[in-house]
Amino acid sequence: MRRVWRSLFAITLGACLVSAVYGQTDVQTDDPAPLVEAAGAESEIQPGPVPEPAPEQPGLDALLLQLTEASLGEAAALIPRLEEQGGREVLPLFSAMLANELVFDPETRLLYVRTEAANAMSVRDVFSGEPAAETLNIDSLQRIRLNNRLRVLLRDGIARISLFEGTDRQREAAALNMLSDLNESNLALLREALADEEDGSVRAMIEVGIAMNLLVMQTTQEQRIQAVEVLRGRLENPVRNLLASLQDPSGRNEQDPLVLEAIDEALESIQTRIKFFRFVEELFYGLSLGSVLLLAAIGLAVTFGVMGVINMAHGEMLMLGAYTTYVVQMLMPNFINYSLWVAIPAAFMVAALVGMLIQRFVIRYLNGRPLETLLATFGISLILQQLVRTIFSPLNRLVVSPDWMSGTWQINPVLSFTNNRLYILIFSLMVFFALLMILKKTSLGLQVRAVSQNRNMAKAMGIRTDWVDAMTFGLGSGIAGIAGVALSQLTNVGPNLGQAYIIDSFMVVVFGGVGNLFGTLVGAFTLGISTKFLEPVTGAVLAKIITLVFIILFIQFRPKGLFPQKGRAAE
Amino acid sequence: MKRSLSSLLNTWAEVRRGGNTITVFVAVLFILTVLASFSNLMLPVDSAFHVSTYTITLLGKYLCYAMLALAVDVIWGYCGILSLGHGAFFALGGYAMGMYLMRQIGDRGVYGNAGLPDFMVFLNWDSLPWFWLGMDQFWFAMLMVMVVPGLLAFVFGWLAFRSRVTGVYLSIMTQALTYALMLAFFRNEMGFGGNNGMTDFKELLGFSLSADTTRVSLFMITALLLGIAFVCSQLIMKSRLGRVIVAVRDSEARARFLGYRTENYKVWLFVYSALIAAIAGALYVPQVGIINPGEFSPINSIEVVVWVAVGGRGTLYGAAVGAILVSYAKTRFTALVPESWIFMLGALFVIVTIFLPKGLAGLIRGKAGSEDPGSDPGASDSRGSHRSGATPAESRS
Repeated sequence: MRRVWRSLFAITLGACLVSAVYGQTDVQTDDPAPLVEAAGAESEIQPGPVPEPAPEQPGLDALLLQLTEASLGEAAALIPRLEEQGGREVLPLFSAMLANELVFDPETRLLYVRTEAANAMSVRDVFSGEPAAETLNIDSLQRIRLNNRLRVLLRDGIARISLFEGTDRQREAAALNMLSDLNESNLALLREALADEEDGSVRAMIEVGIAMNLLVMQTTQEQRIQAVEVLRGRLENPVRNLLASLQDPSGRNEQDPLVLEAIDEALESIQTRIKFFRFVEELFYGLSLGSVLLLAAIGLAVTFGVMGVINMAHGEMLMLGAYTTYVVQMLMPNFINYSLWVAIPAAFMVAALVGMLIQRFVIRYLNGRPLETLLATFGISLILQQLVRTIFSPLNRLVVSPDWMSGTWQINPVLSFTNNRLYILIFSLMVFFALLMILKKTSLGLQVRAVSQNRNMAKAMGIRTDWVDAMTFGLGSGIAGIAGVALSQLTNVGPNLGQAYIIDSFMVVVFGGVGNLFGTLVGAFTLGISTKFLEPVTGAVLAKIITLVFIILFIQFRPKGLFPQKGRAAE
Repeated sequence: MKRSLSSLLNTWAEVRRGGNTITVFVAVLFILTVLASFSNLMLPVDSAFHVSTYTITLLGKYLCYAMLALAVDVIWGYCGILSLGHGAFFALGGYAMGMYLMRQIGDRGVYGNAGLPDFMVFLNWDSLPWFWLGMDQFWFAMLMVMVVPGLLAFVFGWLAFRSRVTGVYLSIMTQALTYALMLAFFRNEMGFGGNNGMTDFKELLGFSLSADTTRVSLFMITALLLGIAFVCSQLIMKSRLGRVIVAVRDSEARARFLGYRTENYKVWLFVYSALIAAIAGALYVPQVGIINPGEFSPINSIEVVVWVAVGGRGTLYGAAVGAILVSYAKTRFTALVPESWIFMLGALFVIVTIFLPKGLAGLIRGKAGSEDPGSDPGASDSRGSHRSGATPAESRS
């Protein structure tokens, strides 16, 4: 008895460990989120990372003072001087001005940034980003006026400053930004930037910019061919557009046959690379679907595979896990970012408890009657669904994703991984290996395997088979609950959540080979990847049908799945 | 020659012995049908004994369900094949009938197009797909009611039983089958009306579907066919063939060692059962007036199984009674408290499997103390019990 409780404790501890470890990886992999984001918009450069405001520079202060009094024409003359004086420090000033958020206090002539978001107005210092003093009269603030000429100047200024002064990432973004704006002054700027640029990828981006500029100018054939050579295999959108437009008679229409030939080749190399990355992306989506299937199926692999019990209510364990996530979020609305860490063990406990109840009160009495077990558990699944429908309403509930789960990891212009899918992929593998460890290394695992191989012999050796059954069922159901937490981040949380996965999960387990966890792993990823690769060709529904038919046929030829059990247990 | 003669005599003797059930069932069915029809058509509407047309249609629907339950009982109760996808055959039969009824609408549809059903006009199709050809002929449509589900059952059964897929594997595969069909029929491109299915039928063989006489006739035909299906199934089960089938259920390996090609028996019984289900579906559609992909949904098929379980497996009449009782309860309770039905259905699953493994028929029989070699539901699972969960894989000796 005590040992059993110890085992349960070990399981729970394992679940907590999983979540803890998961937490650490999250911290490690979190940073590369907003990679090129700043490149997109003109005003996106944040007023944050400026190291120190420079009020001690007399020139800059005087210029700022002038800015508040200047007419539009005078401001145009002031901007290059500000850029010259302040360099990188005027970046927040410029972006605030460009966004039409720059204001000044008519009395003190000090500049502020006034942003309006969600009805709340905030006034901050331009350079430090700190909130303005309480005493400031917000209503008296006057806006610095702006016209199109100023906008162009500001934009160029921002581009120049970021190109020369920003961090590596900002410089690259600035260069990328300049790709869609080809003109002489930019070419000169890029050449200048190239001369004292040291970072490799920024250099490459600048070179691309120069090459594109050269291509559209009246340059020699040789220069143009060289320029095309530089553009080979670049994935940026403007590069592709330019090359396509050069080919197009109604576009820029390049005349020289040799250059055209080079362009053809370059475009082809770009297409090949794009195709490759699209392939990688599809593979990622396949892996992601596979990870979801794996999460949904490994709990089943325990109850169905190891114990030989068909649990049609398994899908509802997923559903319970997802609803637990929802309830946890309801209980701690101010800590959404941490709610998952609470939800994972909570979902494990809830689902495990329900699973054990089902085992103790229903399945135990149907030992050795698989078809009846199937029917009874189906009844339970109906009851659980209706229960959730009655308590939470039949409508889908909204589970909020924490900040660190949203966003994408942009690898290059055509390839990006969404964070939530990436984390769930990692999470599913961790759960899988944790389960494997529990079955291989703990005393509960040993007993489970003993009972699954020969119930009577295990009983004779003093194993309390009925408790082992309950524990195994609790473990399988609890893992399904954890899977529900992950699913709540990807799909709608509703009463039918489980039904959508139950057939797929069975297919995965049967396909992989019953009683074999590695089979489940391989089965899940095989099915996930093949479905995702079929989908673009056949459409989602047909892909699902084809997969189902494939498995039905597959079972005909290998009734025991990919990795059949060997030895006595296989019978 | 001599052998076949003796087997024929045997069969006759069996029929005589089991004749009691047949007579009682057919007599009850006959009397009820005639009474209900008579009181609907002959008695005035305000009479206390008048049966409304709504009730007649409801009864007709229940009888269709009873036929479907009979089909499931034939393979589950007598052969141990738990099909969770019999709704697929039912729906396929229904779709074949629906296609015929759809063509009978002619130019009375919303778009008034005599050559194309409404939903095809809506999808901007300009001609009938090939599989709709001939469906305007009643005989051809009725042939398709039998051929399509029969063929599917044959192919599926042949593949599954030949590779000796049994037990829960087979159950889940049948469920996947009906699930796949449901997904497929939800697609508009399939040419079966997609999500909405087919409805708004006008007439069958020239008789208006809304007329009382047509309704009563359909009800009577359903009762007649249910009776025929019942008698046929009972005869099969009492025959030598039925004995082999029960042997396959109780110990397939042993039957195989005795020289029977068990997979052949199973395939043909599966096809027979699918045909009954398909006919039930074809009778169901004109009475309820609609067929849509929801009929393929796995839960429908699994509900059929619970009808059989409630009534009592391996008794045929139990399946029919169970179907009618549970369907009636469903009608009543969904009308009273819509939410409660699912709870009750779920509880029914659990209670029947744990406390009533032989169903209602088992209760009655337990009191009467009669024994019938063809109906021992507990035996169907004895194959699994000696291994008691060692592995879910059924024995493939």
